[in-house]
Amino acid sequence: MIKLKKKIPLIDQHDKFGFYGNKFGGNYCAETMRKPIEDLSKLFEKLRKDRKFLKKRDNYFKYYLGGETPFFKLENLTNHLGGAQIWCKDVSAINGDAHKAYHATVNALICKESGKRYIAGDTGAGMFGKNLAMAAKKMNLKCKIFMGTKDISRQAPNVKFIRDAGAEVVPVDSGSKTLVDAVSECMRHYVSNCDNTHLAVGSAIGCNIFLKICAWSTSQISRELKMQLIKEFGEIPKLKLINVIGVGSSALGFWNEFIDYDKRHVELIGVEAKYAAPLSTNAKIAILHGAAQYCLTDKEGQIAETHSLSAGLDYPGSSPLHGLLKDSGRARYTNASDKEALAAFKLITKLENIRPSLEPAHAWSECIRLAPKLKKSDVLVVNNCGKGYKDKKIYIEQLGYYPK
Amino acid sequence: MKNSINNAFKIAKKENRPALISYTVCGDNTKDKSLEILNSISKDLDIAEWGIPHNCPTADGKDIQNSSYRALQNGIRLNDIFKLVKKFKKTKPFKPIILMGYYQMIFNFGEKKFIQKCKASGVDGLIVVDLSFPDNKNFAKLCKKNSICFVQLIAPTTTVKRMREIIKSSHEMIYMISTISTTGSALKYSIKRIIKNYNVIKKIKPSKNVVIGFGITEKTISNLKSADGLVVGSAICREITRSLKDRQNPVTNVSKLVRKLKNKII
Repeated sequence: MIKLKKKIPLIDQHDKFGFYGNKFGGNYCAETMRKPIEDLSKLFEKLRKDRKFLKKRDNYFKYYLGGETPFFKLENLTNHLGGAQIWCKDVSAINGDAHKAYHATVNALICKESGKRYIAGDTGAGMFGKNLAMAAKKMNLKCKIFMGTKDISRQAPNVKFIRDAGAEVVPVDSGSKTLVDAVSECMRHYVSNCDNTHLAVGSAIGCNIFLKICAWSTSQISRELKMQLIKEFGEIPKLKLINVIGVGSSALGFWNEFIDYDKRHVELIGVEAKYAAPLSTNAKIAILHGAAQYCLTDKEGQIAETHSLSAGLDYPGSSPLHGLLKDSGRARYTNASDKEALAAFKLITKLENIRPSLEPAHAWSECIRLAPKLKKSDVLVVNNCGKGYKDKKIYIEQLGYYPK
Repeated sequence: MKNSINNAFKIAKKENRPALISYTVCGDNTKDKSLEILNSISKDLDIAEWGIPHNCPTADGKDIQNSSYRALQNGIRLNDIFKLVKKFKKTKPFKPIILMGYYQMIFNFGEKKFIQKCKASGVDGLIVVDLSFPDNKNFAKLCKKNSICFVQLIAPTTTVKRMREIIKSSHEMIYMISTISTTGSALKYSIKRIIKNYNVIKKIKPSKNVVIGFGITEKTISNLKSADGLVVGSAICREITRSLKDRQNPVTNVSKLVRKLKNKII
């Protein structure tokens, strides 16, 4: 079993080749990309220690993204389920509607610092695409968003946002026409344009530096949560932190500050989509998009197609950092089906005033399963990491309505 | 046999021309057809590269992606590729063949098993697009131990310091990527600039055989003939796509193209 190092940030627990626990991550990329990613690594290591840059980031988070996102108890749901206390960290309240806002903003800031004028990113559900497009507009960068044609049609509201913000949407029609193909195409674009383009990988995936930047950015969520918990409980109570896992960027942000806690004190639970679930179905390790990770493949090693109603979860791989958390036993992973996610949305929206997108609906489903089995003193916190409006059409198709 | 890659360069040098290297995807558009194509063009080739198709290629342009897609649709598997190499080598034992692919295919198969299979079927060299220096050190050693040439790549973004290290750990052939691009896009740099980059590499170690690839077509090939070798890939894959689309025989069309390419460099 892999042992995590205490007091060292999760993203920094890699060796000089970029491997976590000797087997996850690495830098499996074309020679052309080596120098640009090395330059980016140097720049990032400098910036994360640079007070002026951190101040700038904090200001952007505060004034541009709207500052701290709310943390509150869901009284009705708690009473209805009759077990653990259920709390919501409502990251979807951020300007930008999802945790991707942090990651996109930081990438645009880094792009600016690097002196590059072009920024390119991939998107599945469109949340990263939308936020990157907005950040690029704000910072005067030319932006291209790569998106599978299947996702372009099922996440139309976000596509409109992206275009309205002035970014170019590059449709990707190869393979399954979803996120996995968008990431491949975006990486190819970078290979061809790395001299003037900054690559903003949409989640905690890719060569070492890309997943570091991503998880570093989203960790804002757990910094806030830690303070909010202390304010509310006077200490860090016995907790279960439930988060949906597509590739895993929101979970990494939600958990980052709690990694060093004993798992009996703060338990970390990741919820994948049932048919895109490499972490919870014992998938093998494979190399995808520059990194070794738990990933669904066929026998020959070709990357498998996945199926999820949720575009953000429809991806065969998982962040190398989740491989590390799984193999070290620090986090545990489970999954929920489309049906279970829809049922969770139905119940949550009936009882509470939040409207999760399909992605966090998977996390809510696990919360609903777990809560009745627990005691009143147990605290469940769910990261409500995305707003539901983008899935309005799908909810109406599936449930017959979308709540007000 | 053992040094057939070196021999191929020697022969070309004797004839005062660059070695001509083709890239096609094994299994494109069917297993038999891809072997037929390779057999047919091999008379004009010095070295043959055969691609191992993968469905998430991060450095291939559209043409090679199309070829890989066709090959995968027709059910090509790694074991088929080894069988086809063996068949090819049976009739052309002195024609060097290099397999080129992504690390996932090797990783999934198992490094050691993969190399043993390569050796048993007669593979002379390997190019692994996404296993770059220094991460490829152990794998390169394993290749060398089994008399397989591990071909290192050098890109326009590679610094001179890194170039020296790569060349030091390289075997008999080095692959220089002409421009910052995926395979098959137009040359972004002038011929002069490409030759300049090439000379930087040659100057570090003149005895290494350096080939130039990416974006080489009928139009550009003659301008680069001072190189030790030239790789044409996407242009050939494009010709296969065109032939299939026009319901023509890809074997004759590709053979004609390769003959033309050869004529431009002699």
